[in-house]
Amino acid sequence: MTSLATLAAAQGNVPAATGITAYAWLLVALPLLGAAVLLFGGRVTDAWGPYFAVAMSWAAFVVGLLIWLVMLGRPGGERAADLHLFSWVPAGSFKVDAGMLVDQLSLAFVLLVTFVGSLIHVYSLGYMAHDPDKRRFFGYLNLFVAAMLLLVLANSYLLLYVGWEGVGLASYLLIGFWSQNPSYATAGNKAFIANRVGDFGLSVAIMIMFVTFGAVDFQSVDAGASHANGAAVTAMGLMLLLGACGKSAQFPLQSWLGDAMAGPTPVSALIHAATMVTAGVYLVVRSHAIFDASPGAQLAVVIVGAITLLFGAVVGCAKDDIKKALAASTMSQIGYMMLAAGLGPVGYAFAIFHLLTHGFFKAGMFLGAGSVMHGMNDQVDMRRFGGLSTVMKVTWVTFGLGWLAIIGFPGLSGYWSKDKIIESAFVGDGWHAWVFGLAAMIGAGITAFYMSRLFFMTFQGERRWTDDVHPHESPLTMTVPMVVLAVGSALLGVAIGPTGIIQSWLEPVVGTHPEHEHTVLPALAITLLTLLLVAAGIALAWMRYWRDAVPTMAPAGSLLTQAARHDLYQDEVNEGLLMRPGIHLTRSLVFADNRGVDGAVGGLAALVGGTSSRVRRLQNGFARSYALTMLAGVVVFLGALWVIQ
Amino acid sequence: MTSFPWLTVIGVVPLVGAAILAALPASVADRAKHIALGVSGVTLVLAVAGALQFRAGSGQQFQLVEKHQWIPQFGVSYALGVDGIALVMILMAVILTPVCILAAWNDVPEGGSREKNYFALLLVLETFMVGVFAATDVFLFYILFEAMLIPVYFLIGSYGGPRRQYAAMKFLLYSLAGGLIMLVAVIALYQYGPGGTDGFLVERLTGLKLGATPERLMFLGFFVAFAIKAPMWPVHTWLPDAATESSPATAVLLVGVLDKVGTFGMIRFCLQLFPEASKWATPVVIVLAVISVLYGALLAIGQTDMMRLIAYTSVSHFGFIVLGIFAMTTVGGAGSTLYMLNHGFSTAALFLIAAMLIARRGSKRIPDYGGWQKVTPALAGVFLFAGMASLALPGLGPFVSEFLVLVGTFQRYRAAAVIATFGIILAALYILLMYKRMMGGPKPELSAPVLDLSVREKLVVAPLIAAFLFLGFYPKPVLDVLNPAVATTLQKVGVHDPAPTLAADGSSK
Repeated sequence: MTSLATLAAAQGNVPAATGITAYAWLLVALPLLGAAVLLFGGRVTDAWGPYFAVAMSWAAFVVGLLIWLVMLGRPGGERAADLHLFSWVPAGSFKVDAGMLVDQLSLAFVLLVTFVGSLIHVYSLGYMAHDPDKRRFFGYLNLFVAAMLLLVLANSYLLLYVGWEGVGLASYLLIGFWSQNPSYATAGNKAFIANRVGDFGLSVAIMIMFVTFGAVDFQSVDAGASHANGAAVTAMGLMLLLGACGKSAQFPLQSWLGDAMAGPTPVSALIHAATMVTAGVYLVVRSHAIFDASPGAQLAVVIVGAITLLFGAVVGCAKDDIKKALAASTMSQIGYMMLAAGLGPVGYAFAIFHLLTHGFFKAGMFLGAGSVMHGMNDQVDMRRFGGLSTVMKVTWVTFGLGWLAIIGFPGLSGYWSKDKIIESAFVGDGWHAWVFGLAAMIGAGITAFYMSRLFFMTFQGERRWTDDVHPHESPLTMTVPMVVLAVGSALLGVAIGPTGIIQSWLEPVVGTHPEHEHTVLPALAITLLTLLLVAAGIALAWMRYWRDAVPTMAPAGSLLTQAARHDLYQDEVNEGLLMRPGIHLTRSLVFADNRGVDGAVGGLAALVGGTSSRVRRLQNGFARSYALTMLAGVVVFLGALWVIQ
Repeated sequence: MTSFPWLTVIGVVPLVGAAILAALPASVADRAKHIALGVSGVTLVLAVAGALQFRAGSGQQFQLVEKHQWIPQFGVSYALGVDGIALVMILMAVILTPVCILAAWNDVPEGGSREKNYFALLLVLETFMVGVFAATDVFLFYILFEAMLIPVYFLIGSYGGPRRQYAAMKFLLYSLAGGLIMLVAVIALYQYGPGGTDGFLVERLTGLKLGATPERLMFLGFFVAFAIKAPMWPVHTWLPDAATESSPATAVLLVGVLDKVGTFGMIRFCLQLFPEASKWATPVVIVLAVISVLYGALLAIGQTDMMRLIAYTSVSHFGFIVLGIFAMTTVGGAGSTLYMLNHGFSTAALFLIAAMLIARRGSKRIPDYGGWQKVTPALAGVFLFAGMASLALPGLGPFVSEFLVLVGTFQRYRAAAVIATFGIILAALYILLMYKRMMGGPKPELSAPVLDLSVREKLVVAPLIAAFLFLGFYPKPVLDVLNPAVATTLQKVGVHDPAPTLAADGSSK
């Protein structure tokens, strides 16, 4: 009976939080306070509300920074701390306490979320300056930051679930922020519902954990995973993966992310690029003990990652809407992270590494896209851009750094993080290594093509502007965050990648990072081949979208182009398989419920279902019939009992 | 133990209030609602004071006990007492009553004696609600169970919508049919019991050796009545009609509180009095509960009438409650009983906020709205909040209870729990589609200006939102009261929680 307790003890319990770490709850409480003040405060907060929200977000960053500094002063094995908050759900044998696990992994997210989040808060001051509903917007942003921090700081799967759906709610609210446009409201619904399908998986995973381990906190699950029944662990892994697919827009639950671009652009940058959509990767890495114990579940993660990275890359090549092209790219890049996370100890650190660098360069590019839209009357069609490099210099340069980072230009952040993932994918023997390695490598080439296409169509070539636009550079509140993120896009990778900092930082959480694993191709060959493909991608994009004129109307295109424009027919598949049958089922049930079930129940409803005269007749003889029925019932029942005895 | 008759007093105060209202001279009839609100407020204070006397985990099943002979010839006693579950139900009833009265402020615009009687009926209903949860004598319970129908019948039949007569009659017939079957079982149970002047007391009828067949028949007698009341598929069809035709306040008390007597009865009577028969029936009940979860949700998706939609969501939610009860685990039991409380608040919020919209737009039809987020942003906000509670968003009360039900069910019935979990996807659909159709889209052209939430309406909504947040983040005080009662129940049934598999078979790989 005591196996779990002894197992946990053998692993060593995480010490209780002390000092500033004991105030980690402020990370969630501060932005939550901001959200509450803005959303419940009403119009009196209109004037100062947005600034208050910005302050709360930066305050959370400061708290995170202080905790980080304290953590740096300790040796690796003693950095994690457990912060017990209160007894949350003590129900029968199910007992879950609310608490926070402040370790290297959660703190990496805290710093990313609060830093990028705060920059985007500042950017929004400029971007949303003229929106009448500005206060509501900032309230939702604060709500998002609070929920995201709860997600990564929770010490149990159940509390993680609160943050998990909390960020989903914030995402839903912000996608549908301009709900006067019905298609935007639909996009919000689509996101929430696809996420709920994922949450089905997360729910079932937690249920399996409880019946297997008798607990759902990370420590108990980590300790027990390698000792539990193999089928149960695989089931847990697959269900967690389903949850991750919903949140991170991975195949087959990817369809909501493109539509989610209906939200204001700062939201796309923060939620649908840098942070929330990467939560699935966090979930897999956080559950590494489960995946390490189940090769089957790991393989599923890798397959999902590989499919999604190619899916997103192909779709990204055909989109003319700048935000949708970036969204497809996000999907694809998270596919890389997912693939890495599925590779096990060789990939965990790189999954998180790429997640961090991606958080900077993708957020930066989305903010750049927002800046372009700001100057172009909210135009999003890249066929109507072109030649913006001369009029929006800051946007051009910062976006350019993001572009070079994502395609893996040597020296910039994406080069260090993505190259490591490609290399890791080639680790091992047999078909796995070849298939996933080549998928990752080819994906890099396609990425170079579609991102260069995007960059050239927007900033280079001749001007294809509509007559009424007068593009101009954005105000400082917008450009300063873009500059900061661009610096990160350039330097973060080299700072923590080749120095080995990211591997050793995460080692106490995800286990020792194996060095010099055998790859089916030499590492140098992988790097060179990748660079070759990247160069080819850039060259092709240069010929078609810079050197040659870009038509303002999209040409018909090949069958593949048409399929990619339609997101490889993902919506058609979902509608055919789920939506239309669902509508039919609902309609026929409504019909049957009114006629069938209602009429069939003991003839009772049929008795009154007819005309009013029949009802009247019943009413008149009511007292007698009551007594009569009662008598008959008693007689029959007692008679039956008597017979049985 | 205290000798002060808390439960009697809590029950009688609203009845006295109703009598005062009924006797109110016509000249001051317009003060009726103020008096009703005051009386329900006093009741709430008394109930809270009574609840503070309750000691969770004291080892006694019933507390605040009162016992007097009533009809000794037939063994009927006036016996009251509460366990944790009954206490929580009573608190829910006395919290929701003033909220409903405040929400019903303008339900009877013509005023006069009609208005006065309306509020008097609501107070009478409160008395019966307290009584039915407090009764520890089976016959007294039965009488109150049936007596509840009277005020509800008049509330629906006299103060409802255009098809109120039909709905009231349907409600009455369904309830009476169930009640009659139960009456037979009640009488039969007495025959098997020890008899004597207090032979109808619950504790006297617990643990009887009934024999398999009679126990099963009596179980069915009770269960059918409770399943109709709950309501479960396929005897749910009275609910949508009753909910859409009655006034919103009535609908809240009907669906939020009265229907809980069904699930409350399953725990108190079916499980405890007929443990073997309950186990025998479990497979069928689990299947019916899972069907209710999915069927109610699918039907809700297909509705175009807001009130009917909300009623069908309740069919789905009651499916979850019954599922947790018959899973017969401490987790499922705690989840179900907590769900009974949460559902009271979430349904109240949905019904009452929907009614605020209906009062402005004059229509219950969802397609008649659109773009109302721009018309009444605050009202849209609280409507979404209530919807999020209903779809069990983590962080709000209903999530905790729904998840506990699913986990508790999964311990014994894996497939049933997994299938029921699909309910969370359907819940997102019925809430979000309704919200989008009503609130999304361009601002509509309205002939007259529409005001956003009034102060009175804010006072109606505020306690409900506070309840969602409190029960979502800190349900411990309530669970501490419920856990011992659930444990007692399961002990009487004679079942134990399955142990975690890892602990059970050691380090099996």
